[in-house]
Amino acid sequence: MSSATIISLPDQSTARIPKTNYLTKENGLLSWLLTQDHKRIGLLYLMSISVFFFIGGCLAGLIRLELLTPQSDLLATDTYNKVFTMHGVIMIFFFLVPSVPATLGNFFLPMMLGARDLALPKMNLASWYLYMAGGILALYAMITGGVDTGWTFTTPLSTHYVNTNVITTGLAIFIAGFSSIFTGLNFIVTIHKMRCPGMTWFRMPLFVWSNYAASVLMVLGTPVLATALILVVLERTVGIGVFDPTKGGDPLLFQHLFWFYSHPAVYIMILPGMGVISEVISTFSRKRVFGYTAVAFSSVAIAVFGFFVWAHHMFIMGISSYAVLVFSLLTMLVAVPSAIKIYNWAMTLYKGSITFETPMLYAFGFMGLFTIGGMTGVFLGTSGTDIHLTETYFIVAHFHFVMVGGMLMAFLSGLHFWWPKMTGRMYPEKISQMAAVVTFIGFNLTFFPQFILGTLGMPRRYASYPPEFQVLNVFSTAGASILGVGYLLPVLYLTWSLKYGKIAGDNPWQATGLEWQTQSPPLTENFSELPIMDHEAYDYDWLERQKAKEVASVG
Amino acid sequence: MSHISPVIWQFLVKWLTNFALFPPEASKIAPQMDALYFFILLVSLVGLTSVILLVTTFSILYRKQRHPVAVQIEGSTLLEATWTIIPLGLFLVMFVWGALIYFRVFTPPPNAMNVYVVGKQWMWKVEHPGGQHEINSLHVPLGRAVQLTLISQDVFHSLSIPAFRVKREAIPGRYTTVWFEATRVGTYHLFCSQYCGTDHSHMIGDVVVMTPEDYRKWLAGSTSGASLAQNGERLFAALSCSACHNTRPDARGPSLANVYGSKLRLANGQSITVDDSYLRQAILEPSQHVTQGYVPIMPTYQGQISEEGVISLVEYIKHLNSDYRVQQTTTTTELPPASGGKVTGGKTGAVKSPAAQGMVNQ
Repeated sequence: MSSATIISLPDQSTARIPKTNYLTKENGLLSWLLTQDHKRIGLLYLMSISVFFFIGGCLAGLIRLELLTPQSDLLATDTYNKVFTMHGVIMIFFFLVPSVPATLGNFFLPMMLGARDLALPKMNLASWYLYMAGGILALYAMITGGVDTGWTFTTPLSTHYVNTNVITTGLAIFIAGFSSIFTGLNFIVTIHKMRCPGMTWFRMPLFVWSNYAASVLMVLGTPVLATALILVVLERTVGIGVFDPTKGGDPLLFQHLFWFYSHPAVYIMILPGMGVISEVISTFSRKRVFGYTAVAFSSVAIAVFGFFVWAHHMFIMGISSYAVLVFSLLTMLVAVPSAIKIYNWAMTLYKGSITFETPMLYAFGFMGLFTIGGMTGVFLGTSGTDIHLTETYFIVAHFHFVMVGGMLMAFLSGLHFWWPKMTGRMYPEKISQMAAVVTFIGFNLTFFPQFILGTLGMPRRYASYPPEFQVLNVFSTAGASILGVGYLLPVLYLTWSLKYGKIAGDNPWQATGLEWQTQSPPLTENFSELPIMDHEAYDYDWLERQKAKEVASVG
Repeated sequence: MSHISPVIWQFLVKWLTNFALFPPEASKIAPQMDALYFFILLVSLVGLTSVILLVTTFSILYRKQRHPVAVQIEGSTLLEATWTIIPLGLFLVMFVWGALIYFRVFTPPPNAMNVYVVGKQWMWKVEHPGGQHEINSLHVPLGRAVQLTLISQDVFHSLSIPAFRVKREAIPGRYTTVWFEATRVGTYHLFCSQYCGTDHSHMIGDVVVMTPEDYRKWLAGSTSGASLAQNGERLFAALSCSACHNTRPDARGPSLANVYGSKLRLANGQSITVDDSYLRQAILEPSQHVTQGYVPIMPTYQGQISEEGVISLVEYIKHLNSDYRVQQTTTTTELPPASGGKVTGGKTGAVKSPAAQGMVNQ
């Protein structure tokens, strides 16, 4: 009987955090604000997105409190509209889009490729400044009156009918969009040009593949969003009339432009998360990912198909019935690569040697919730059932299952997985496993009742609702409070672990990625000598041989 | 029950008496759509169960204590093909099935009766062909196909009737349609489901399904004295449309008799079929819609006629020189007025002066 964990830590009585590492190399605020080190920028991003997640989460709390009763009694309807708008804007543009790529991706993508940094370090820093500028502008817009268009900025509501800070918020997203283009471009160049000797495309970890696919989406999609937002701003300020039917414009055009970005944006958010899951499942089952090539190419397939499904947001908006046919069919096709991934991950477990540390628990949570999120997407991609379910709480539940149940679970999984590498210290295992379970329960209680509410027909973005919907809304609000605890716990124990966590050593999980073959926390230049990739990704036999060699040479 | 907090007690009572899990099926399409819904639900459950089963079984069989050394497996093309092709096949079945339902919902039968619905911030205004107006309520007869022609006066709205499983966007500047046939008498929710600003959540109302007799009584009791087409006729005169659109040989505009549904060749060479949308566009943007052989001299009425005014005009032109129009007029006038000639929706007298109704744009 062997132990139930793979954690192998150095002897705590003698172990020390390496004196020279990227955290201790330089000190002072300026050394952080002017850094070009991808790891430090990753941490800057991590801190900033956490702040935005906290703000967005508080707004979500307000929404759920308001919906506790059928009447709109806690908030005025206008305030409620502003709250859900800012919740959407902050969570999507300032948390989900940059969450995995800009934090974990920034930190680990170069290390996984055996590179010393991203290809364009200054651009990387610039991307963080753009993100912060956009974020602060968005918060400024929120404090000085807010915006109540919904995160979708639907015209002509956003252009002609509301008197809130549409322009400021639009510009904030416009600016933040460039940060995402910069990150995407940086990743693409890095993956093409900075791979270490021996690192062929099919030896790259799947995390890199999925970030590559997401980067392509960012670079190609975000400019269209920028265009749409600028047109809204121009329509509001000088009335150019592109979306105004009385001037010969077409209000549906905005929807096309907006969703041309915003549907791929869903894949920008979820693909890097899928990359995390591939790493975690492989590491904690000690096995190469089942069907590596299929999983790699399914990321690419999602990126390609993802660009051709945008009009499925508009099935009931009077677009041509033939367009509905085409987009419904393409939506079905984009669901297939996701199914492939899920089953490949499940089969990775087969004949593995599985342990259940926190990252793995979050990954299991991801698989369950993402399957539900994906399958309910099929309800909506099917044109017939979409008529009944669209614009209701079914949609809300569906994308929260994908974005929160999927992406946020993946993000937390990755954060726990790489925390020892980033900080050199372990998080406390028991309490974090508990947090993972609490999050899972709270999540289901919050969002599952919303599927039923949507089927009953409760429209989204309602501040008040008919009384027969109350019971399910009470469940949902109760779940949200549990979910809140589930998200607060990691903040507390991860902060605690910065000082009191056990010293992790180079490779506590016995993982195969190049990022684990160097000290934790890593040197500013990542590796003392550039690695040479002489084996496939997820080659656990290679890892065993390496360990044997080390023991032999030391002994 | 003194030991239970009254709040919780109230909540439990409410839960037991006022708790729904599935919406009523009150239209012809509803059971068909629900069949598809449950098919997808079944597939989802099978898919989810298979994932959960695989993960739990492997987690038990191959946990480290039981299976300390992993066996490396590359993958299996056969297995991967299986879980590519089976989901793809199922998704394609859903696609075809869904498309069939979709076309059914948006293709009205030819004998459907037409009701106009105008969405504005934050109310639904319903115009029946007989001239009855309603606000935030819609009365329809049982067992008869009803087509709704929707338009918005301001922002996007969306008319959703969950019990009928239908929903359609009301778009500014464009007619959209949806139809249903109610199969159960009762009162159902009518929602605006597209976010439309401050009082979005107050843009709700009732759909009242009535037996044909009750419906006839309701029509009679709610009449405003003139049918939509009659209003349109007055408006047609008030706006001097007849000065050009007449049957005289030297008329400056084409005659509009029987124009609805006909094929028309435009001055720009395009060939179109005249429908509601075309008539609306031709009134509001005449220079873009000149019939071949005529000069573009018609002024625009953009901003001068309200959506209801346009609807009346369209309804008038639609029935010009057809038996239907005469019929409409007689149904409205022949039915005995109910006590006091009640008009729903508080728009009493609005149609008395067609110019006032039509010309003034809200």
